[in-house]
Amino acid sequence: MSKLLEFVERLKERDSNWVANTVDALGEVTVFVPREHILEACFFLRDDHSFDMLADLCGVDRGPEEDPRFEVNYHLFSTTHYQRLRLKVLLSEDDAEVDSVTDVWRTADWHERETFDLVGIKFKGHPDLRRILLPSDFDGHALRKDYPLRGYEPYSMN
Amino acid sequence: MATAVENIPGQLDVMDPALESQMTLSMGPQHPSTHGVLRLDLRLDGELVIKAIPDIGYLHTGMEKLFEYKKYQQGIVITDRMDYLNPLGNNLAYVMAAEKLLGLEIPERAQVIRVLMCELQRIASHMVWFGTSCLDMGAMTPFWFTFKEREKILNLIEAASGGRMTPSYFRIGGLMMDLPAGFDARVKQFLDGFPEALKTFDTLITGNTIWQSRTMGIGIISKEEAIDWGLTGPSLRGSGVELDLRRANPYSGYETYDFDIPTEPDGDVWSRFKVRMRELTESYKIVQQALERLKPGPIKADAPKVVLPDRDDMRKHMDSLIHHFLIVAEGFNVPPGEVYHAIEASKGELGVYMKSNGGPKPERVHFRGPSFVNLSALPVMAEGEMIADVVAIIGSLDIVLGEIDR
Repeated sequence: MSKLLEFVERLKERDSNWVANTVDALGEVTVFVPREHILEACFFLRDDHSFDMLADLCGVDRGPEEDPRFEVNYHLFSTTHYQRLRLKVLLSEDDAEVDSVTDVWRTADWHERETFDLVGIKFKGHPDLRRILLPSDFDGHALRKDYPLRGYEPYSMN
Repeated sequence: MATAVENIPGQLDVMDPALESQMTLSMGPQHPSTHGVLRLDLRLDGELVIKAIPDIGYLHTGMEKLFEYKKYQQGIVITDRMDYLNPLGNNLAYVMAAEKLLGLEIPERAQVIRVLMCELQRIASHMVWFGTSCLDMGAMTPFWFTFKEREKILNLIEAASGGRMTPSYFRIGGLMMDLPAGFDARVKQFLDGFPEALKTFDTLITGNTIWQSRTMGIGIISKEEAIDWGLTGPSLRGSGVELDLRRANPYSGYETYDFDIPTEPDGDVWSRFKVRMRELTESYKIVQQALERLKPGPIKADAPKVVLPDRDDMRKHMDSLIHHFLIVAEGFNVPPGEVYHAIEASKGELGVYMKSNGGPKPERVHFRGPSFVNLSALPVMAEGEMIADVVAIIGSLDIVLGEIDR
């Protein structure tokens, strides 16, 4: 586990502003990154610490009463040293926008589209930010806590 | 010859007057080779694919939303319906994420049975892939042979869990129930016939020149591109990356089993085909080893507040009855925290992100499906190939739309 915390130390050494907080729990390390630094931190981890694969990217809605309301989780994986690291960006409701990491890992493309579609987080610089699972004329973002389970009204295809 | 088209992401205008040889074709969502309801927007110049844009979401049923409204143990049933060719793998990823949050120790016998069932399921899943991808390219005979083998495995899964396609066999803290009497003899019976079946598949397809010319050098994705696009599982190993999560991040005791990780260097349809074929032998080896390790013992963790008590216990002990009532009526509270647990499913890395805020229902469950990510790399492989090869490439990726759309 100390190996994972070493990556956090390297991040802090590179720029102490990149790491807002670190949580080490259940055998996993979560690094809270301020949203203006996420792109730089991702490039640094990919190039200097061979986190060459983005295993997963997902958005979380903590609920309308929370501030910051949204989380974006980046699950980094390395195909050489097999370590996993989670980066987390917190976003407030009125400005739910973060830099896209499609330039770092191409696989972020569909993950970011899905997060935009279901949670409603915008990714600045994404080449093609459209809905992916729901129809383009769908109203609202289904994975938000204030979106009712069965929708506002039956969806019709016309 | 193909002419360069201005890159407008996500958009295909119907016809560009300057390029009259080009056309736009919508392939699917009812096309049989798309393995479900996948639509491809293809920009064609003659038969050459210039641009391919996958369009998904036809099967979206809001499963991730549904998890937030169900207790932890109820979520297992939903996972069966994601990758319906590998339901036990989905069960495993989900329950292991919850077990990690709860900090449960799983007894040895349950671990061995999980490995045994998952490897049988992997063989069954590869059987469907093999049969259908041959069928897509016009070879109908292998389909009947593979489905015969798959049927035997489904019967085994049914004997253990009661369900063929929807087993829900793994539970948080262990298994639904122990294996039935005589189960190991039935598995042995299946294993005895399996090498013969593998040989039949080989004679039917591998040496076939039509098959080889339709797969060799088609749909190439390089090692670097494959990693960049997040390919995992056999599709990544077909590009020459020796990565298997059973080795890289071992779980359920996989580090103690003896098996190889097959890789092929070329990254084409043929390589992915060869990797999966060789994986069948490895899974066969693991099932054999797991059978030898089956020793009597408990199959549920010692956590009375989480694991349902035995029926017999419930009739005799007051506290067991209370625990049973509370687990069923109210569920169990899971300590706050978040985990990402990834397993090697039959199609690649199946990751579950689970976040708990302390209650009996998860705050967020996210599935990272291997099919979802592997399909997103389809344009890299399909662009520049013939339209008939697109069918071969989709087949070689082994996608299941139930998991992509969730």
